[in-house]
Parts: sequence; structure tokens; C-alpha cells
Amino acid sequence: MTDTQTTGHPAAAGAPPALTALLQQTFPGVVTAHHAQYGDETAVIGRERMLDVFRFLRDDPRCRFNLMVDVTAVDYLPRVPRFEVVYHLKSLPLGHRLRVKVPVAAAEAGVDSIVSLWVAADWYERECFDMYGIAFQGHPNLKRLLLYEGFEGHPLRKDYPKGLAQPLVEMRPVRERYDYHDEYQPVRQPAEN
Amino acid sequence: MGVKFPSAESFVTTKLDAVVNWSRKFSLFQYPFVTACCGMEYMAVYGAHYDGARFGAEIPRFTPRQADLLFVVGTVNHKLAPILKRVHEQMAEPKWVIAFGACASSGGFYQNYAAVAGIDRIIPVDVYIAGCPPRPEAVLDGLIELQKLIQEKGPRGAGGLNPRHTVDPLVLSRD
Repeated sequence: MTDTQTTGHPAAAGAPPALTALLQQTFPGVVTAHHAQYGDETAVIGRERMLDVFRFLRDDPRCRFNLMVDVTAVDYLPRVPRFEVVYHLKSLPLGHRLRVKVPVAAAEAGVDSIVSLWVAADWYERECFDMYGIAFQGHPNLKRLLLYEGFEGHPLRKDYPKGLAQPLVEMRPVRERYDYHDEYQPVRQPAEN
Repeated sequence: MGVKFPSAESFVTTKLDAVVNWSRKFSLFQYPFVTACCGMEYMAVYGAHYDGARFGAEIPRFTPRQADLLFVVGTVNHKLAPILKRVHEQMAEPKWVIAFGACASSGGFYQNYAAVAGIDRIIPVDVYIAGCPPRPEAVLDGLIELQKLIQEKGPRGAGGLNPRHTVDPLVLSRD
């Protein structure tokens, strides 16, 4: 989102809320958009200095975001940039939360991995890679987490066919009353056997 | 199954079949292949209140080699499918399969890349228990249906495209 509307937030009218203002002041030009509602702020930042921004968010005494709550992604297919990686952060000592979004144009280039800052981000980034194909540069073990070896494609992308399954065993012929399932791909041999 | 004489089945062999089927149906050793939320209802069925033990199908055998009833409880997805197939293949005849719950019967509310649209696409199923999750009364009714099936038809062979019994939980729940 590129609007900068602040709703129900106890800040001066028109001024960006506290954490966003802090980011804008420390890293001029990195916040491309922001919005806030009822005390929860969101900042959209550029990919270039994202590790510095996250390190600042984790270490600065005014921020102290020590809990990495979630790393996920969204596919806005017709839009350019296509993907957006969304980070949710929480500060346990200070009690505030922040959502940080990083737009990504090409999934192969991806974003920097924040595993060096929050170890918990490891599997979240692997799940993002598994479902969207977004590469996390610097991740120690970027491979599929939930899906199996031999699965081709990234199913949560908008151009992945909705019901397309890739079975590992041969499907028996079954008489179905309603044909509402999409076609299966031809059976492939499981890679590990 | 049973002794075959050159003539038509005699009274003795049919009675022998009936006795053997009777003993099989009342001593089902189940293999609870539990994956998801239906497992909670499975636990309720085998708890003290609904008590699957009174049907003889009490002891869970967590190895397919010692089991004759495969209870597939919960969602099976494509990553799990080879394992389910292998477990079913490791069971010795006679064996029966109950699809417990909507996900095992037909894929449930999942119509996506991950869930198998019913385990009958992987292994042959004898009784389907519908419900999300099915009430314990529906599960026990499915078990009784299986017992009737065992008594009438004996051990089934491999294969089977026709679902023989489906239990409708809406008709059976008494609340």
C-alpha cells in the first residue's frame, strides 16, 4: 500500500507514528510507504538496506524487537513488484509491534535472510521458499520444508493451478459421483526410492 | 476360506465359515493410522464413555504386522500416501480398512494440491464413516457395519471399487 493514512492512532494528525518516524530519521529514504491502525504500524522498506534496518530494530534501545513473530509472503500477481515479504516483529521488553514489508520483483533474487539476526526465522523462510519460491540470500539451509522431494513448482503462487496435485503413488480408479477435483499429473517415481 | 469339497459347500463348511467369521469380527486388532483432528474422536470412541472395547476391537496394534483392521483417521496428503500404502501392504490377509472421517473418505473440505481426495485412491476401503469429525456413535455404527460385513462376506480379497457401506452421521447421532 502506498497511502500513509493513520487511523485511530494516538499521533499528531498527518505525522507518521513513532516507530516509522524513527526509521525514517535513522535511515532516510528507506521507508517507501507506511500505514498504521489502532496502534499497529506497518512500514514498507526497500530491499537494499534491509539487514541494517532489521539490526537496528533488534538492537536499538528504543525498538528492542527481540521476538520475530512471522515471516511470510504475498503474491500480487498482476502487480509489479510481484511479491511482498512480510515480517512481523514484537518487542517483549517494550511491548510494541511492527510489521515490515519488503517488495520483491523477482523471486530468484529474493531478499536477505534474517536468520543471522533471529534464529527462529529459519523455518519460516524455508516455508516461504517452499510455497512461493522466494530465495533468501544467506540462509544456511534453504530447501523445501513442507512439501516433498520431487514436487515441482511453488503452490501458493497465483499462477499455480488450484487443484493440481503431484501424487507419489499410483492413484486407483475410483467411481466418483461428482467430478470436482482437478486432474492429476502423471505419476512419477518417488525420488528417494 | 474353509475346506472345499468337490461338491457344493456343505452344511459343515458353511457353519465353519460362520464360526470363523464370528470370531474374526469380534477380535479385530486395529491399527489406528491417526493423522489429524479425527484422532480426537477416535480417542473418545475408545475412551470409557463410548468404549470400543465392548465390540472386541479394543487393542490398538501399532504395527501393521499384527493388525487386521486399518483405521485411517484424518487427512492423508500426498506426502504421506506412500507410507499409507506401505503400511497397508505390510498387513497380512485378512485385512479390512475403515476410512474414518470426511478427509479419509473423500478428501473432506480440502480440494488442493496437498490432500489426497479420499484414501480409496490409494488402498481399497471397506467402510466409510462420514463426518467432520464423526460422532462416536457414528464410528461405532461403522464398526458394527464392518462386523456385519465380515460375518456375511468373510475376508475380502484385494481390490474393490464398490463402496459397500457408508455410515451417515446425521442420521445416527442422537442429540
